[in-house]
Amino acid sequence: MLEKALKGGPKYWSWIIFLLLIIGAGFTVYLNQLQEGLTITGMSRDVSWGFYIAQFTYLVGLAASGVMIVLPYYFHHYKKFQGMVIMGEFMAIAAVVMCLGFIIVDIGSPQRMMNMIFHPTPNSILFWDMIVLNGYLLLNVVVGWTCLESERQRVEPPKWVRPLAYTSIIWAFSIHTVTAFLYAGLPGRHYWLSAILAARFLASAFCSGPAILLLVVFVVRKLTKYEPGKGAIGTLTTIITYAMCVNVFFFLLEVFTAFYSNIPAHGHSFAYLFVGSHGHTELVPWMWTAVAFAMISLALLIPPKLRYNQNLLPFSLSILVIATWIDKGLGLLIGGFTPNPFGEITTYWPTGKELMVSIMIYALGALVLTILYKIAVDIKRDLGELTTSD
Amino acid sequence: MKQSRRNFLKFAGLSAAGLCLAPSVTALASEGGHGKAHEVVNANSLHAKRWAMVIDTRKLNTEEEINALAEVCHHIHNVPTIPTKQNVKWLWEATYAEAFPNQEDNYPSEDVEKRKFPLLCNHCESPSCVRVCPTKATFKRPDGIVAMDYHRCIGCRYCMAACPYGSRSFNFMSPRKYLDMDKINMKFPTRMRGVVEKCNFCVERLAVGEMPACVEKSNGAMTFGDLKDPNSNVRKALRENFTIRRNPAAGTEPGVYYII
Repeated sequence: MLEKALKGGPKYWSWIIFLLLIIGAGFTVYLNQLQEGLTITGMSRDVSWGFYIAQFTYLVGLAASGVMIVLPYYFHHYKKFQGMVIMGEFMAIAAVVMCLGFIIVDIGSPQRMMNMIFHPTPNSILFWDMIVLNGYLLLNVVVGWTCLESERQRVEPPKWVRPLAYTSIIWAFSIHTVTAFLYAGLPGRHYWLSAILAARFLASAFCSGPAILLLVVFVVRKLTKYEPGKGAIGTLTTIITYAMCVNVFFFLLEVFTAFYSNIPAHGHSFAYLFVGSHGHTELVPWMWTAVAFAMISLALLIPPKLRYNQNLLPFSLSILVIATWIDKGLGLLIGGFTPNPFGEITTYWPTGKELMVSIMIYALGALVLTILYKIAVDIKRDLGELTTSD
Repeated sequence: MKQSRRNFLKFAGLSAAGLCLAPSVTALASEGGHGKAHEVVNANSLHAKRWAMVIDTRKLNTEEEINALAEVCHHIHNVPTIPTKQNVKWLWEATYAEAFPNQEDNYPSEDVEKRKFPLLCNHCESPSCVRVCPTKATFKRPDGIVAMDYHRCIGCRYCMAACPYGSRSFNFMSPRKYLDMDKINMKFPTRMRGVVEKCNFCVERLAVGEMPACVEKSNGAMTFGDLKDPNSNVRKALRENFTIRRNPAAGTEPGVYYII
């Protein structure tokens, strides 16, 4: 099926070349990082994880976006999602590739990366995160590819795919839970030391992931004749709306615990993020932007009239994505490390080089996604199933 | 042409013979040792069931005194002095509020408020850095010292996120850039970029019968010994003085005690 990715119009090829150029440019910066070390980043002794790990954390959410389609389709036989199942699975592949990419660029000695496998350490959550992420990648590659291939051959998918598909649904929850456990079990990091962190990760993933997926699908719809169907879009938007409500609710639960308990260490990170601390207010405008965008997105998604307005939807989803990205791709990481164990504030901001390397990974994900979606769309076109009528 | 072919065949034959012989030669060379290294233990090496440190902050509490200790420690361990926030620290000084952030007093005694406290790795009984390390690069020795294998560390910095004492440093850049390579201690390795490091309770000195460098330099303000031995000097110091440990709420059971 890969040959489908080799045939395309000038638009397709210019996009591919554009992505390759970005990847090339980012890679030269990454080579510089390999030469100089992580000193080219804005990280420090106090904020020892930064933009890379934050993007990894955010993209784990995107990886699970597919499950919000696959689960209703397989568990509840919700047939309207049939046309989008493959899109969800392929999005998961691209997202996990980006997650792994962000971990690799964050490692200080990548030449020793295999030590994780040579010296397996079950007491480390990072070991389990490696297992669940690679496992999820493998499951989605096998299930997605096999289903598409069978569809192309106009045969029923082999029987062994079904249990794997069910496994991948449950597995999707594990990638969030385990990634949240990376943070939630650390003494002295009060912003993360919360039993609800895994639940927050799931809620945030199930709104932001499908929102990004829908936005990408809208682009695909514009570029090709692909039409996922109004019913499918409507249901997914409803799922996004519920998940966002839960996401905001969970965050407010954290705020209550931190401030009603009045334990200084528990509120300090919130204070730093939302009002500033010791004269440091770098993240305050960002966090309030996230609050405002979250509120506006909810206001535009909760009333059914606005939610099903196809012209408004891309905007509502975009600001929802920005709000969740600021919360999880920026605030969660920096807030966790600030204040440091001495109660002091060390500021962190990604450097240009750090952003270039990050853009390389994002471009890599876009490349993987483009190729996979090209194949899926071409096959759907051959089968005459490009549009879902409803 | 003929000549060169004959030469080639000769060479090939000899090489083949060499390859056949090679394993037996290696076998001969290793005879006696059977491929296993002898365990070399210094006769004077110091042992304990659980190493611990007691710091008398009544005697040791000024910036100059602590910086002098840090200087010795950093010199013998080739710790670079990096003037940015990507610095490396094994031993350093802090105020009471920084050292014991959850035990801050609203009306502290003037004496304690003025004091500086030496901070270092606490060599915890239940170290969270060891719990999270994905490669066992950081591990707890049977004698309680939390040690690092710099050659196994992949630089994921998970241990830095996990340590509730901020005791770990990462080599964001090559530390050799900030070391005077003519003055380094040749008995201790320098590190490479991309690995985490920290205080090691001077395991290399204990192995040859010496006390940790800071303890030796502290003029008796620091006591180092076996916590499990009721007659040890640290137990005596703990018996006779009121001590506190940093962030007991983290549940890591630090091995460094402070007499206030």
